[in-house]
Order: sequence, then structure tokens, then C-alpha cells
Amino acid sequence: MTNVIEVEGISKQFKIHHERHQSLKERLLHPRSGSTEVFHALSDINFKVADGETVGILGHNGSGKSTLLKCICGVLQPTSGEIRLRGSLAALLELGAGFQHELSGRDNVYLYGAMLGFSKKMIDAIFDDVVAFSELDHFIDTQVKFYSSGMYVRLAFAVAVNVNPDILVVDEVLAVGDERFQAKCIDRIQHFQREGRSILLVTHQADTVRAICDRAIVLDGGHLVADGPVQESLRTFRERLMGGAAARETSRVTANVNIDAISTPNGSFEVRNGAGLHFDVDISAEHAFSGNFVMEIFTRSGLLVSRSDAQGAPVDLRPGPNRVGVDLSQIPLLDGIYDINVGVVDPHGSTVIAWRERAASIQVIYDGREGGIVEISPSIRQL
Amino acid sequence: MARVERRDLSDAPVRVVSARANLATRLKNLLSRRELLTSLITSDIRIKYKGSALGVFWSMLSPALTLATYFLVFSIFLKNGIPNFVVYLFSGLVVWNMFQSAVSSATGVIVDRAGLVKKVSFPREILALANVGASVIYFFIQLVVLAAFLLLIGHQPAWGYLWILPISFGALYLFTASVAIVMSAVTVYLRDMRHLMDVVLQLWFWISPVVYSYENSIAGPLHRHGLASLYFLNPVTLIILTFQRIFYVSTTVHSTTTGALLKILPTWPMSTYLYMNLGLLVLMAVLFLVALSIFGRLEGNFESEL
Repeated sequence: MTNVIEVEGISKQFKIHHERHQSLKERLLHPRSGSTEVFHALSDINFKVADGETVGILGHNGSGKSTLLKCICGVLQPTSGEIRLRGSLAALLELGAGFQHELSGRDNVYLYGAMLGFSKKMIDAIFDDVVAFSELDHFIDTQVKFYSSGMYVRLAFAVAVNVNPDILVVDEVLAVGDERFQAKCIDRIQHFQREGRSILLVTHQADTVRAICDRAIVLDGGHLVADGPVQESLRTFRERLMGGAAARETSRVTANVNIDAISTPNGSFEVRNGAGLHFDVDISAEHAFSGNFVMEIFTRSGLLVSRSDAQGAPVDLRPGPNRVGVDLSQIPLLDGIYDINVGVVDPHGSTVIAWRERAASIQVIYDGREGGIVEISPSIRQL
Repeated sequence: MARVERRDLSDAPVRVVSARANLATRLKNLLSRRELLTSLITSDIRIKYKGSALGVFWSMLSPALTLATYFLVFSIFLKNGIPNFVVYLFSGLVVWNMFQSAVSSATGVIVDRAGLVKKVSFPREILALANVGASVIYFFIQLVVLAAFLLLIGHQPAWGYLWILPISFGALYLFTASVAIVMSAVTVYLRDMRHLMDVVLQLWFWISPVVYSYENSIAGPLHRHGLASLYFLNPVTLIILTFQRIFYVSTTVHSTTTGALLKILPTWPMSTYLYMNLGLLVLMAVLFLVALSIFGRLEGNFESEL
């Protein structure tokens, strides 16, 4: 398989000016202002994306994911290392960044297309598709400065996806536009996948990655900490990063809450459809901590089946070992294996204190004839 | 799942993003984005005259008014005695206007388009080159007006010298582009450059022989102090002299006020004009490459400065 993106040893450092001397006078007065600090945004990143792959880049704000993406798109020069790209690339970094407010939508389509590196002839060929996709037929000859922000984004997205690049780079733009347009964008991205094009998607939403990506990369503090199947990477992302970040942030109230084990009385996670399942979760805490217990159930393909109330159930952890019992009554799931994630969050439900991705897998046995995930038991009769 | 036929990427050309692209790569990237350059130039011009009643007509009207002003001052009020002074003035101003408008508009262009520079990937020099390109278009419009004007008053240019014009213009383009590229990058680090450039360009105008005659006004004193070669360090000077030689033609004229013989332009033979312009063209081509590599060095930190 051909690699369309090869990232080799990429590092990027920024100089942070604590006092900005940008005028001539200040530069002359402070010829060597010593207050610059070197910030390592990326350190020695290596990975490859094969033709046709959809790769998610996960990371928190400041983890370096946007910097990495900008390096790949050529907006930023890495300090060292090399990125090799094959095929044409269109980036949705910030939609509409290339737009000239004084020009009409039509002129901007051509200008933006040229900026992405596509010829006038190519834009001519796709112009009608762009207009149709953006749903701006009546406004295409209006100056862009009169557009609403939604119209703006729609036009930019329409250009970027209709130029049919070999590699599409998307940076958290799916959060814009109304729900219908978002669905359209996701649909378009999936269409891209079916055509065998490569997609690089940056997000901090685990659900998006689970829904779209074949593989995920996790960045933390400029380092690549995971590169593998989506489930594995999400596990690292959640456990290591969320837990770690939470521990750093809330170290005053708590320290070291850890999920040790998850078990059932008879040791089996097999359950018949409609029956109940009880399991215990062993949690150890260094100090007393009042928080909430949260649970998620996923299918093997990464579809969220159920997430307990985000607030969770309150638990008062004592120093030392604790045990939380979970009762699932009348499991309505159909035949299959389901993964359980458990975690402890703070009382407001905003920060994750401890997390265990795929803490256990339950196997559901179902004898009926229904297919899918959930038993609905429809009764069907002719009236 | 239906797979649409797509080209195989295994033998597609590889693009490399690395710490510092070498000069050859930079040039290749620039050349491959010609289409973006034309898009930017046309959009620049469109935006400039959008909503103005006279539109592109302003690009002719404003140089015409400048021309009229200088003509009034030097031919009527100060009476420099140069016959056909309008032609002399016009041929120099065409050159100066191109240089001045390109440099002054390109100086702040990277800072002004920071949003674009930080979000979209393209060779950033193109922004400065687009401003130069717009000035080139105004230059040609003015050249056409000059030709029409010469036709109207029945003034013959030096036909035999005319073919030096493209060489001279090539040098002018490369010099203007070099200054524009470097200044656009420097301004990112030193925001004062924009204001400083305004002043520098004013001074520059007066050390270039546009509104006065080099031979008649300053060649003497310069030679006495051995500063003549210094004066020619300004590349614009030679280009202006060449344009004046081609369009104004006469090197020596009778003063309209005193009737005395005035030496207006250097009396070099055609070969001297040719070799000097050729030499300048080569020098400016080298300067252009230097400007590109300076830009390449400065560009690395744009992100943290914009």
C-alpha cells in the first residue's frame, strides 16, 4: 500500500516573546531582549498514513495536534524533520480563511480554489456542484461580507470537498453549521472514504473518531503517545490523558483514585438476553473523595449503546480499597459482545478522575430472531 | 462497498515539507502557482476599484494628475527650460509609479493578510508578487497612455533604442519584486517599516532623475565629488534614464528660457545603454534569488510574530 503521508521526526519549536518589541524604537532600545522562551509544540513525531486510510488525531487543547496538522498542510514549517506527501491535499483548517470580503461568492470560489492549488479549469468543472452543495444559489453573486457565518462556512466547505483532493485534512470544522449541514458534511466524508481517499481528522471528540476513523493517533504535550486501532488509542486517550489531566488539575481535592478490577460473583460476564447482571468494581483511593460513578456500554464496532447520566451516581470513596456494585436489570441487548467503560468523575461531572476503558466485556446470548443491538419485540399483525 | 475508479498514487510526485526548502524548490513552487498569482492580481484590482464610480479609470487619472502637478511646478513656476518637459516627465514617472506603488502596497501585505498566511498553505511571496503584478498592469496602462500621447503630439520615440525597453523593464520588474518581497517579510518583525518606507520612498523619488535632468542638474557636482558611481547604485536611475532616452530621445536641447544648450541625458551610444541594462538585468536576477532566500529565512517564524 502506498503511503500518502509520511511524517518523519517532525519537531516544532516556537519562540514565545514575553515582551513584544515590534517597533523599531523598542528593538533599538532592547537589542537583545532576553525574555524569549522556547516552547516545544511537537517533539519527534513519526507516523504514516496509507492511501485510503482515515486517521484521527486525538489530543487536548495544547497537545500539538493543530500544529502537526498545519505542518502537514504546509502552513507551518517544522523546525526539523520531514513530511512527504503524495497526491493533492485540501485542508479544512479554518473555513473561509482565504475569503476576500469585498468579492462575490463566485469570485471567492475561484480564488479559494486557486489557493488550494487547483486550476481555473478544474474549478469551472465543479462550480455548479459547489454552488449546489453550499445551497447558496441565490447569493453566489453577493459580496461575501454580506454572508452569515453559516453561509460563509458552507461555501468554504463546499469548495474544499468538491475539488476532490486525494487527501482531505479536517480540523474540528464539523462543529460548525446547523445539524443538517453537519450531517451532510459527515455524509460527504464517508463518501470520500468509500472512494478510497485518505482523510486526516483532528478532533477532541472521541465519538467522531469512533464513528469515522480506521486508526487513531494520540498526542500529549507534543509527543505521540499512541498510534493504533481506534479502540486502543481511545483507551490511551481517556485513561492516560483525561485521568492525568484531571489528576493535575484537581490534585488539591484528590489524589490517585484508581480503578483496580471489575468482577462478577461467579466470574462470568456471560448473560442471557432479558436477564440481569451484577458486577463489582474495585476502586482504591489514597484520600477520601466524593465523586460520581459513570458507566458506558459500547458495541464492538464502537457504537455507544448507553451512557449513564453524565452526573453519574454519587460515591463516597474512603481512603484505601472501595467496592461499587453495579446492577444491570433485564439487559435488552441482542446477541454479541459489548464493552464496558467505567470511571469516576468529580461531583460536577466535568472532570474525569479515573477511567478504565474496556474494563470488561459482556457477552449477551439471545435465542430470538431479532437482529441488531436492542430487543424491541415488535408485534406485527395485519389489521 | 462501491469503489470509484481513482488514479493510483504509488507513482504520484512526492512533495516534501521540511525545515527549510532550498532555493530551487522555492522557485519551482512559485512557478507552479502562477494561476494563484493571476487570481490574486485580478482580485486585488477588483477590490481596489469596487464601488468606485470611475473604477479602473482612477489608475490613469491619478498618474495624470501627478504628471500635471509636476509639469505645472517645473515648467511654469520654476521654469527649468526643458522643452517638451511633459514627455520627459511622463517617461520617468511611468517607471517610478510602478516601483513606488508596488513597494508601498507590498510592504504591509503579509501583516494585513495574517489570517490567510496562518491558515492556508501557498508560497507566501505570492502575496507580495501579486501587488507587484497589479502595479505592472497599471504600468502597461500608463505606457499605452504615453504612446497615445506621443502619437497625439507627433513626438517620435527613438525607434532604434526601443528594443532595449523589454530588457530595462525586466530589470525593473526583478528589482521591484525583490524589494517588495523582502520588505513584506521584514515588516512582520518590524511593524514600523510601513511608515519608514513611506519616507524612504519619498527620498528615493528625489534621488532618482524623474523631475529633474541628471546631466543638467546634478551630474556636474556629483562628478566633482566623485559621487557619480554612488548615484548609479540606485538601480531605478539607469532604468529611468533608459526610458527617457527612448521616449524623450534628445540628449541635448536648447533651453526654452535662455536659448542656451542644455545637456539633458547621458550621450552614451546605444551599446552602452544595452550593456548597462543587460548587466543590470543579470544583477537584478541575482538579487531576486537573494530576496527569495531572505524571505525563506524570515518566513519560518511568521506564525509566532503575526
